[in-house]
Amino acid sequence: MKYLITGLLLLSSYQLFAGETHPSRNKKNNDNAGLTLPAGFTATVVAEGYGSVRHITLTKTGGLYAKLGKLYKGKGILYFKQSADGKLELVSSFGKYIGTGIAIKNGYLYASSNTEVFRYKLNDKEEVIDTANPEKIITGLLDRHEHETKSIALDNNNNIYVNIGAYSNACQVEDRKKGSPSMKPCPILDSAGGIWMFKADQLNQTYKDGIRYATGLRNVVGLDWNTATNSLFVMQHGRDQLHDLFPEMYDTKQSAELPSECMYEIKKGDNAGWPYIYYDHLVNKKIIAPEYGGDGKKSTDEYLTPAVAFPGHLAPNGLQFYSAKQFPDKYKNGAFIAFHGSWNRAPEPQEGYYVAFVPFKNGKPNGKWEVFANGFAGATISPRGAEHRPCGLAQGPDGSLYVSDDSKGTIYKISYNK
Amino acid sequence: MKKISYISFFTATSIYLFAQTNTLQDSIKRGKVVYNKVCLSCHMADGSGVPKMNPPLTVAEYMNDKKKMISIVLKGMNDRIPIDDEYYSNAMAPHADLSNQQIADVLTYVRNSFGNKAGAVSVAEVAAVRTPAKPAAKSVSNNTINKKQ
Repeated sequence: MKYLITGLLLLSSYQLFAGETHPSRNKKNNDNAGLTLPAGFTATVVAEGYGSVRHITLTKTGGLYAKLGKLYKGKGILYFKQSADGKLELVSSFGKYIGTGIAIKNGYLYASSNTEVFRYKLNDKEEVIDTANPEKIITGLLDRHEHETKSIALDNNNNIYVNIGAYSNACQVEDRKKGSPSMKPCPILDSAGGIWMFKADQLNQTYKDGIRYATGLRNVVGLDWNTATNSLFVMQHGRDQLHDLFPEMYDTKQSAELPSECMYEIKKGDNAGWPYIYYDHLVNKKIIAPEYGGDGKKSTDEYLTPAVAFPGHLAPNGLQFYSAKQFPDKYKNGAFIAFHGSWNRAPEPQEGYYVAFVPFKNGKPNGKWEVFANGFAGATISPRGAEHRPCGLAQGPDGSLYVSDDSKGTIYKISYNK
Repeated sequence: MKKISYISFFTATSIYLFAQTNTLQDSIKRGKVVYNKVCLSCHMADGSGVPKMNPPLTVAEYMNDKKKMISIVLKGMNDRIPIDDEYYSNAMAPHADLSNQQIADVLTYVRNSFGNKAGAVSVAEVAAVRTPAKPAAKSVSNNTINKKQ
């Protein structure tokens, strides 16, 4: 009996240890497409070789639409069907524009270029009826070649939310120039650096037809409408180069870790504070930006507090709340985040290049975030050297999680096996 | 007599060549210090840059135009130029606060690193691009900013 208890204790502590730091890799049956996953999960590559696959969305029958950051054979949207062998089979491609955002809502496929949003009517199988003639919903959005992608999310009330990223690092007069003064108030915020809300069914809307739903967000790529809270959640890409611009205040290690990459729950009228402040997850404070009189320590109570704060520069490009039943209970209503991976941690080691998970309870984060799927980058963890970089996330009709890679155009399917 | 002149000739040539090599190596060494301090955080330690954001410094044809390289360091860059079918979006700040020697050294380092094999950049070449009318801007004030956009 004594031995049995000891054995059980050993086993459970091993499981705890394994669960926290070494998720099992079931190499016997499957190498999980090179990914490391928690016990019980498997991953397969369902499509590959499509280049820059940005955001993805699935139909109710398991078809997948992908928006491309680079045209594939002249087209910017790909439509795949599930094939008999469990892979995705490319059946059509359309839209001669690059972009990031793609979503299905109310019988339409929505897709964004870097200046416009289109929608395509779907048939009862959620296939696009006329690929050549989409309706132009929104036009004339700012594209100044920095943070120019337009991510989209739709609510259940006929609204579409569009990220318009700030064409700047920290709103200096000369972008990224050491010693260049900051602008106050930051003039960029009138037309960028926030989330704009438009009607999902009206044609040719421009800035004047929409409202600035939230401001002070430097750049958002991953965002999702959380149906459990009935609110918008966004992931901000925090500012770069604290050390380059203020070496007397930040060493390279601090500059690699700060500022936090933040998840915000957004309500109409919110201000997350860019470029005036940034969040520091090491002290849990909103710190005044050095361009605006900060010294690396001075904090403020103004502005929105993040729901979750991650280490710096991980580049959150995808956000997906999990509403299906396939995964264990812990994952229900929690958030998956695809971290594209850092560049602005150099000369310190780069970080990210994985999919993370944050458990939620009653609409609030409940417990520490963890790495869910890792190994996308392969042996070299650097922006150029990474084999794959996670970008988009989507939930399949069977409850599997799909992850896209915008480096080589791989699409992964992650499932839980009971 | 003839022998002596040959010997002096060879000695002079060797000293000259040695000095040249030494100068190049010294410049590369100094250039690496400048690179690590000013350039590395965007262009990476191996010059590979960041896809879609910061261009790589490993493309041979971009090493050909010394004047252009000097000019980019002095004035920064906001142009959208595709390299191998990819556009790079981040603004590069001007680095006119670096001395002519530092710019010569850092470009010499870049042109002889990351697989590049191109010649040195001299202080005189940097000085020629940096126009006498525009001395090195140590600090910038709101009134003197020349907004390019």
